Amino acid sequence: MEDLGSAVVQVLSVWLTLVFTLILLPSVFGMSLGISELYMRLLVKTLEWATRRIQKGVRQQQAQSLKDSASSGIIQRDETSMEMEIAGLRRVDFELSDVFYFSKKGVEAIVEDEVTQRFSSEELVSWNLLTRTNVNFHYISLRLTILWVLGVLIRYCLLLPLRITLAAIGIVSMIGGTTLVGQLPNSSAKNWLSELVHLTCSRILVRALSGTITYHNKENRPQKGGICVANHTSPIDVLILTNDGCYAMVGQAHGGLMGLIQRSTVKASPHVWFERSEMKDRHLVTKRLREHVADKNKLPILIFPEGTCINNTSVMMFKKGSFEIGGTIYPVAIKYDPQFGDAFWNSSKYDIVSYLLRIMTSWAIVCNVWYMPPMVREEGEDAVQFANRVKSAIALQGGLTELPWDGGLKRAKVKDIFKEEQQKNYSKMIVGNGSTGNLSEGVE
Amino acid sequence: MGSQSSHPSAIPQLEEIMQETGFSQASVVRLYDRFQALDKEQKGSLSKYDLQGIGELAVNPLGDRIINAFFKEGEELTDFRSFIRVLAHFRPVEKGRSKEAGHPEPINSRLSKLQFAFQLYDQDSDGKISRAEMLQVLQLMVGIQVTEEQLACIVERTIQEADRDGDGAISFEEFAMSVEKLNIEQKMSLRMLK
Repeated sequence: MEDLGSAVVQVLSVWLTLVFTLILLPSVFGMSLGISELYMRLLVKTLEWATRRIQKGVRQQQAQSLKDSASSGIIQRDETSMEMEIAGLRRVDFELSDVFYFSKKGVEAIVEDEVTQRFSSEELVSWNLLTRTNVNFHYISLRLTILWVLGVLIRYCLLLPLRITLAAIGIVSMIGGTTLVGQLPNSSAKNWLSELVHLTCSRILVRALSGTITYHNKENRPQKGGICVANHTSPIDVLILTNDGCYAMVGQAHGGLMGLIQRSTVKASPHVWFERSEMKDRHLVTKRLREHVADKNKLPILIFPEGTCINNTSVMMFKKGSFEIGGTIYPVAIKYDPQFGDAFWNSSKYDIVSYLLRIMTSWAIVCNVWYMPPMVREEGEDAVQFANRVKSAIALQGGLTELPWDGGLKRAKVKDIFKEEQQKNYSKMIVGNGSTGNLSEGVE
Repeated sequence: MGSQSSHPSAIPQLEEIMQETGFSQASVVRLYDRFQALDKEQKGSLSKYDLQGIGELAVNPLGDRIINAFFKEGEELTDFRSFIRVLAHFRPVEKGRSKEAGHPEPINSRLSKLQFAFQLYDQDSDGKISRAEMLQVLQLMVGIQVTEEQLACIVERTIQEADRDGDGAISFEEFAMSVEKLNIEQKMSLRMLK
């Protein structure tokens, strides 16, 4: 019994020493030993081989063909405008058949709409050996199945414990480190230490997810006194960005573990946490953020203007609140590669713990981050137009489609103002600026 | 589109549905996935609230009427079979297939499509579109953009043109005759991608 106990202790200590030297120490200095690069290369080769096998197998079986693109639709959409469909060549007027256009459009929306599909995970072109993405891929060959079983073993028995260890270490050191630094009096040394602690813990946590991040255009990195905006796919986005720089977070004060982290980090670095009651008062929020931005010594604020997680194929409406604060906006585009792991958090389907477990049992999180040149609000541009301009820039850089819809549609209904626009268009057609035959008398 | 596709065996009454609607198995599967994606609470049926959550439908002036077409009188929920039966009205008409004698009217025939559109007007299902019913539909489509007087004129003119038996309302036959030149098959069909 004692032998077993001491053996376990020995294994554990060897394990921890390895973790410390190979992963934690390099995190402090921001270096990499190249282990994860090796892992990624192996992974890529394996997945390529698997894809070739699947394609060969499919051709042999003459099964249904793989979808050409990951976002194929259900129906072919008629893109003719309302004017062409209804009015066409006839004179302006109402016809009984006008309902046809609206009913067709309505039923089209029921069968397929642009927004609902953005709140479920992107479909893959070819299988990546994770059960959860197995949509249409049937049994192909023995070798592939063996590979898949091997993958399951590696992911659950080797990678998962490692990742959980790292995550635990990361969170504990974040809380401990920031509390310690928070005890110091305000000085530049304190700021430097605080940045070091934040960066190190971020790096540990990113390694806990096997994150492989490529940063582009580092010269455009957000500066102090600015506001950083990015598209939102998951809570991991924060880690992705803090891995490379220090930011002041903005958010609602939570309870539990998250609240603990928030309370300890705010001692070391001036993050902005709002109580739930304060969030309702938009002026208060804007005022506090404005004060923060005005102080040029403070770290840039990090904001996600979409307000909710989208599945990383598109960018939805940016809420104008962030763009009313003033200051320089530094847009950042984040694009995940879904081949190695799906980073999207579908909050209506999974809670945060199941989500984190799914992430930790994927192959890796691979993403590209583009820092973009700063933007300011121009003369005569209001907050909404500015928000749309930034949104277009981010969508273009990240290769995402742009949608005018509000991400809040996930939970709430759409505003009536958009229906009024459709009604206006139709009215113009049947009444035509008040110049139709016997309607011209008595028209306002 | 969801990341999980349903297996055909998971769909209840698959054979009957294919028979009744004429959809291929692949189409039924895809529409079932859609049904499940809209059914956010996984209750196995759709409520009006689920359909109202679709942005593009909510901005459609006739959105509420179209949603009501999926629900039977007084019912709050619709199951997959009823859902797909309504969608089947919009299946394209097969060319070269004439109506077989003794068989029931296909659900996607020109006649059925017209009946669907007629229903959008005829809310009390008395077989006629009265002045009041037409006014209601017009008001939905134009909102506050057009005055009551103008709408009343439009209604009057439309009824005069279409009403043949002079009863001041439009029956289904009169409705069908007024749109007989139109290509209903194209206007009221959705092409499914394979």
